[in-house]
Amino acid sequence: MTTLSLPFEHLTTLENFGHSLKAQSYLYKPTNVAQMMEVFKTAKQNGLTVTLRGAGRSYNDAALNGGGIVMDIQDMNRIVSWNPESGLVTCEPGVTLQKLWQHILPDGWWPPVVSGTMMTTLGGCLGMNIHGKNNFKLGTIGEHVVEFKALLPTGAEVTCSPNLNGDLFHAMISGMGMLGVFTSITLQMKRIHSGLLNVRAWNVPNLETHVQELFDNAPVNDYTVGWLDSTAGGKGLGRGQLHTAKYIHEGEDPEPKKTMQVAYQTLPSTMFGFFPKSVIHYFMAPFMINPGVWLVNTAKYFAGMKDKTYPQSHAAFHFLLDYVPNWELAYGRGGLIQYQSFIPKETVVEAWREILTLTQKRGLPSYLGVTKRHRPDKFLLSHAVDGFSLALDFKVTRGNRARLASMLQELDQIVLEAGGRFYFAKNSETTPETAKRYLGKETVERFKTLKKRTDPNNLLESDLYRRVFGSL
Amino acid sequence: MADPRPAHQTPLKTHPRAILIGASSGIGAALARKLTNEGWIVALVGRRADLLDSLCAEINTRHGETRALAFTHDVTDHASAPALFTQMVKSLGGLDALIYNAGVLLKVKLDEFDAQKDLEMTNINYLGALAWLNPAAAYFQGLKSGQIVGIGSVAGDRGRVAAPAYNASKAALHTYLEALRNRLTRHRISVLTVKPGFVATDMIKDNPRTPMVISAEQAAEGIYKAMRARKQVAYVPAQWALIMQVIRHIPSVIFRRLTF
Repeated sequence: MTTLSLPFEHLTTLENFGHSLKAQSYLYKPTNVAQMMEVFKTAKQNGLTVTLRGAGRSYNDAALNGGGIVMDIQDMNRIVSWNPESGLVTCEPGVTLQKLWQHILPDGWWPPVVSGTMMTTLGGCLGMNIHGKNNFKLGTIGEHVVEFKALLPTGAEVTCSPNLNGDLFHAMISGMGMLGVFTSITLQMKRIHSGLLNVRAWNVPNLETHVQELFDNAPVNDYTVGWLDSTAGGKGLGRGQLHTAKYIHEGEDPEPKKTMQVAYQTLPSTMFGFFPKSVIHYFMAPFMINPGVWLVNTAKYFAGMKDKTYPQSHAAFHFLLDYVPNWELAYGRGGLIQYQSFIPKETVVEAWREILTLTQKRGLPSYLGVTKRHRPDKFLLSHAVDGFSLALDFKVTRGNRARLASMLQELDQIVLEAGGRFYFAKNSETTPETAKRYLGKETVERFKTLKKRTDPNNLLESDLYRRVFGSL
Repeated sequence: MADPRPAHQTPLKTHPRAILIGASSGIGAALARKLTNEGWIVALVGRRADLLDSLCAEINTRHGETRALAFTHDVTDHASAPALFTQMVKSLGGLDALIYNAGVLLKVKLDEFDAQKDLEMTNINYLGALAWLNPAAAYFQGLKSGQIVGIGSVAGDRGRVAAPAYNASKAALHTYLEALRNRLTRHRISVLTVKPGFVATDMIKDNPRTPMVISAEQAAEGIYKAMRARKQVAYVPAQWALIMQVIRHIPSVIFRRLTF
């Protein structure tokens, strides 16, 4: 008689990125496709479900499976082939953006779409169909996938491209890892001619200007992103700082060989030359209260009054979230959540005004607000709209949980009324009703039909899937 | 009608989860109500499906969401415990505590010698605990966290004329839990032995003159308090600690002549 169906050595407690949620799971780390198949077999034999997990950078419960199996794909991290002539790269799903850019940059290439952290795995990036600060220009990462191979929970292996198994291609990318597991991903990289970008930073004094400048700048720059000071009210509501960046054309960088070295890109490990960055989050923690954030934001805003242009390395510009290691720990024991909404350009000003006013009225302003310009895409569970996104980080404390939860439900209504959408890698409180309303009944049905085909026994389930799709 | 799945966990709404074995009536049912009132999600295990179902319905209706799940199971069916354990943890989405509360007291007359009754009591009160505490111990050791609670009895502190097998089964449970505590404390797991005194349940309904009786709800309060304090051994109510200290020291020469 066995005591426990699965060996207890596999048990572990996993967290979301914001350290605000914990889940107990049996963790398996396959190193090849045969071992992946074994995991599905083990799950089926024990009546358990499997959640796919990459670097665990989702802010919510997307890579958590309380009481079930988690298949961590990080050990499948080989770059299978790289062609520096065509820019085509084929990777296993556990390859991180960091490993990828460091591999290709010396040859003069850069991933066409990257997230705000380089720790994410390609498998996770495709599962969530991530976007970057160039979403309006180059779309989501899915638009640069030439082909992928996937293992379905049935044991079948499929190859998909925009033309081959197109329905599965457009659903597995954005499908939250609920249809199958990527085993090999082929992507088209982007040719660059320098390791530097020309960056411009300037302040925007209010909401209308903020939106207008994002709108005007996104089409004419390669990257556009805004920081929004969500503690500022009154006339300064919606004020912030915009950053744009342009690629440097061929011949403009006198030393491209040098700037495209990995060492040149690397983020410094100390601040002001001597201060180890690994401890910075301890010094940030005391400021993570409403007045502290107000102080920091106000200082940041006034320090940025001057319009600046400067060259900056790709890594430093893109991976702001990696600049201070473990910054999320500064949010303390309750951790943080992120609330990101995508709102059409026609309704965005009013919706943002309502959102920001409500968070201030409730005494729960976001501690970090990030804005971006977006365009729609063809992927099934898409979060994008022809409009703008606002990502708000909230600190979770024992005392504010209930108030925060009810406020987020109100925010959902504002976003839905404005015709907006949400992102499955971010929001942790989206209800089935909300998801159904913005995705549409037909999209949900199409996804469920595909899931029945690729995963008839419902082996792939995550806490996110059960929470949002479980009752749809 | 509440959602058939247990309430989902989000960063803004977390809840501890427990498996409660022996939940159909008495202390178990009261503890199920207490835990769910405190925000826990519980998997309730018992033999009597009708009682479990109505208890779950009552709890879930009161809270407007699924906080209690029913699993019909006979603790003497030792072989099916591990698989059921895994399924319950899956349904709960994790596990923070397992409470073994299953127990029976079969009346044995002073001149009665019935092996069948003794075996049945041992099977439910002690052997069933072995089948359930092992998977829980393994699971919690894997996680390096968790709590195991065994509901023993003041009756396990001394062998009395009226209930030899009951006394022995509870004493065995106490000793087993002590050993488990010694094994698991180093893995940050709490093992709690609860020793209730007389509780107004089916067990003592034939003895209307029983002294110091507390209600099942009071017992549940005491157990929950001991769980939260992560105690090792708790008498419920606490006065029994003193009383049992005295009773344990009654010399055998006197104890042999007593008839309680």
